[in-house]
Parts: sequence; C-alpha cells; structure tokens
Amino acid sequence: MGKKSFALPYVVWMIGFTIIPLAMIVYYGLTDHTGAFTFANAAQILTQEHAKALWLSVGLSVISTLICLLLAYPLAMILKGISKNQNSLIVFIFILPMWMNSLLRTMAWQTILSNQGVLNAVLSFLGLPTVRIINTSGAIIFGMVYDFLPFMVLPIYNVLLKIGQDKVDAARDLGANGVQTFFRVIFPMSMPGVVSGITMVFVPSMTTFVISNLLGGGKILLIGNVIEQAFTSGSNWRLGSGLSLVLMIFIFISMAVLAKYDPEGSNVI
Amino acid sequence: MKNTMKKIYLILMLFYLYAPIMVLVVLSFNEARSRVVWGGFSLKWYKDLFTNQAVLSALRTTLVIAFVSALAATVLGTLACLGINRMRRAPRTIVMGMNNIPMMNADIVTGISLMLCFMAFGVTLSLNTVLLAHITFNVPYVILSVMPKVRQMEGSTYEAALDLGASPVYAFFKVVVPDLLPGILSGFLMAFTMSLDDFVITHFTTGAGVNTLSTLVYSEVRRGIKPTMYALSTLMFVSVLVLLILINVRPQKKKDVVE
Repeated sequence: MGKKSFALPYVVWMIGFTIIPLAMIVYYGLTDHTGAFTFANAAQILTQEHAKALWLSVGLSVISTLICLLLAYPLAMILKGISKNQNSLIVFIFILPMWMNSLLRTMAWQTILSNQGVLNAVLSFLGLPTVRIINTSGAIIFGMVYDFLPFMVLPIYNVLLKIGQDKVDAARDLGANGVQTFFRVIFPMSMPGVVSGITMVFVPSMTTFVISNLLGGGKILLIGNVIEQAFTSGSNWRLGSGLSLVLMIFIFISMAVLAKYDPEGSNVI
Repeated sequence: MKNTMKKIYLILMLFYLYAPIMVLVVLSFNEARSRVVWGGFSLKWYKDLFTNQAVLSALRTTLVIAFVSALAATVLGTLACLGINRMRRAPRTIVMGMNNIPMMNADIVTGISLMLCFMAFGVTLSLNTVLLAHITFNVPYVILSVMPKVRQMEGSTYEAALDLGASPVYAFFKVVVPDLLPGILSGFLMAFTMSLDDFVITHFTTGAGVNTLSTLVYSEVRRGIKPTMYALSTLMFVSVLVLLILINVRPQKKKDVVE
C-alpha cells in the first residue's frame, strides 16, 4: 500500500512553500539594500520602541497563556467525565464558533467591553461600579484568552482521555487522596498535552497584531503590529524580516526550554 | 455538590465562548448601524445581504479558496502519509519535522515569508497566491488526522486484494481509501475550517481587489463594519449548527428503532 515516492510531491511542496520562503526571511533579515551581510535589521529590536513592543508582547502572552491553562484544565477534566466515547460534543463546542469569522467575534468583544457596552450595562444594573477595560492591555489579554482557549483545551483533553482509569484507581488503592492523585499521577501524565497547549496559545498570542488592533484601540503596539506595519504601511521589508527573525529565534528558544518538560517529545493536538 | 459545581463551570465557560456570537446575532437584527445602540428590530441587513456585491463576492472567494485548498491538501497529505509510513526512521523524522513548521510557526511569519517569496520570484499576488498559501498551511492538519489511520491499517488487506487479482489502482481505491476514510474526511473538514477562519496569512498573500470575508471585515474596521457582515455570519453559523445537529441526531434515532 503505497511507496515512498508517494511522499515526493509533498516534500517538493514543502521545500518550495515552507523552506525557501523561510530562507527568504533570513536573506532579507540579514542583508542591506546592496545585498551585503549585516546585523543592522535584526539589531533594530534593541531600539527603545521595538524592545518595548517585544517585552509587552512577552508579558501579555505569558499572562494569557497562564489564564488559558487555569481555565482549560478543569474544563478538559469535566469534558472527559461527560463524554466517555464521543468526540462529537467536543467538536460541537469548539469547532462551531470557528465558523463565525474570528475577526467578527473579536469585534464583538469590543461591543461587550466598551465603556457603554454590555458588560458595563450589566454591572451598573447590578449596582456595581463600571470598568474601563477597552483599549487597555486588559482588553487585549481578554481577546487572547478568548481566541486561543480551544487550542489549550483540545490537547489537554486528548491526553486526559488516554490516561486509563486503572492508573487512577491504583493510586487511590495505594492510599493517595484526591489531591495527591491529581498532583502525583494525573497532572504529570498529562504534561505532553499541557506543553503542547502552552505552545499553541503562547505562539499566536505572542505574535498577534489583530487582537491588539481591534481591542487595544491601535495605541498599544505589540511586536506583531511593528512587523505588520513594516510590511504594509512602511514597505520596509528588511526591517520587518530582521524583526521576524528575532521573533522566530525567541519562539524557538522558548519552545526548546518548554520541551524539557515533555520527556517523550510527543506532539499531541 | 461536586457535580453542580462542574455543571456551573461548564455553563460559565460555554457562556464565555458563545457570548460574542450571541452579540453578533443580536446586532444582525439591529435597525441602527451602531454596535452599541439598539435601534429596533429589523431584517434590512438580511435583505441587503442578497444585493451586496462586495459581500457576496467575498463569500464566494472564501468558499472557493476553502474548498479547493482543503481538497488539494487532502490529496497531497493522504499520499504523503502513505509514503512517509514506508520511510526509514531518519528521513521520516526529517519530513515530519518539516511538516510541523507551518503549524508551529507564527501565522505572521508564515504569511510574510510566503509574500516575500512570491514577490522575489516575480509572482503577482492574486487569488492563486492565496490558494497556494492555504494549501501549504492545510496539509499538516490533514497529515495529523490521516497518519494515525495509516499506522493502524494492515498491509495484508491490500496484498490480499492484489492476490485476488485487483490492479494496484483498483485495490488502492477499494481497499486502502475506505480504510482511511474517517481520517481523510476529518482532515478535509479541519482544513476547510482552518482556511475559512484564516485572516493573517490571507492578509499578506492576497492581491489588490481580491477579498475574503476576513480581509473584507478587516478593511471595514476603521469606517465601521456594515451589519450585513453580521447577518451573513449568523446565517453561516446557523446552517453549520443545523448540519451538526442533523449529523449527530440521526445515528441515535437509528439505535432507538433497533431497540
């Protein structure tokens, strides 16, 4: 059933549309307009404006990744409990919203969070003080958590499904209480899912320019915004490529550090 | 007690996930164009939808790209799975590693890299470049869902078909494909959904005058989005909802009849 050569079209495709394009970023990022080698584009990350954007991106994406993990883990455990053998419910819950355009869903948060928005209407109806959250970093975190939560829930859920009840029973028989069972057995065994969830939330939130544009009011610049502007409004390809290169290296290092916590190195999605 | 807590948590999370969708549905019936003022119930945006050429053509473009790219990715990815499965360890690790790049890489980097590549080789950005880009990021999702099925498949059934006189092509479509079908279908659906929902990569690889729904929404953000977009996404959401309910309800009914 099939030969090795069946993979050939895709290998050629990957070289043409993944490897060569990445090489282009490296080329533009490391050359000046004469084509001579330079670190000047990548070094632009050290200017105050760009460094600020990078650290803000790191900060906001770390916070939203942690919030996603805290929200997703209990959710994945509950979903495991109610859907023993059917994946349809999970598909239902998480794939369905994707059929409504993600930009529109993010825009809807603007309606909910704005100063005269739904949230403040509810708060003032309940006699609670209203909040000013739109166009702040808080609103951006809100949007990141909302957009990327499914990417945390699904890998954790998939790993939890594979943990046999016998392991849990064994821990209980050997005298562990519920809390001990969770921290000594269930959580360590679910690490591959947690690691893969963290990468799948951290990378897109670290590099977004859409969420900060829509919910940050265009005043808060993340590294994604800086890069996007370099290509669209500035037409400064070399600067954009240089910064993208730094971003890629940064993400690569974070993932390498993270991989230490996933001894099997397995990819679970 | 514990179960009540679980239920409350689940309901809260569902509310969180679906709150913006409810907002969009409500806004699609709003007489006023504003996103914060309720101007009374109206169906005018739904009427506008059927005459609004910009929205209709963006919808057509979006669906064509999603369908063609998902189909191409499914063929490319399924064949690749069969090939990769036959490889020795070292080449297999390399190919699977390359396959992971578009999934693990940031969308913005994938988009920019493809744009740079197209421009450098003198390819004008157009509908075709968007298609090529979408196929590129779709194949990994197909491989992800077909690969486990290929691993499970037993080579002996294919060999049996050959021994019984089937030609390799006939055996491939009659024995191998049906075995892989669940994986192929879910891979196709996953690719279709990803393509439909993509904005960032399309943003960088699309040419002048070519709009998908996402890029159309993004271009309207500054001047205010016309609620026609809300009407369209409400219709899309409801049709998928109905479809999913139909798919999930039918097998249960059959069971009831049997019992």
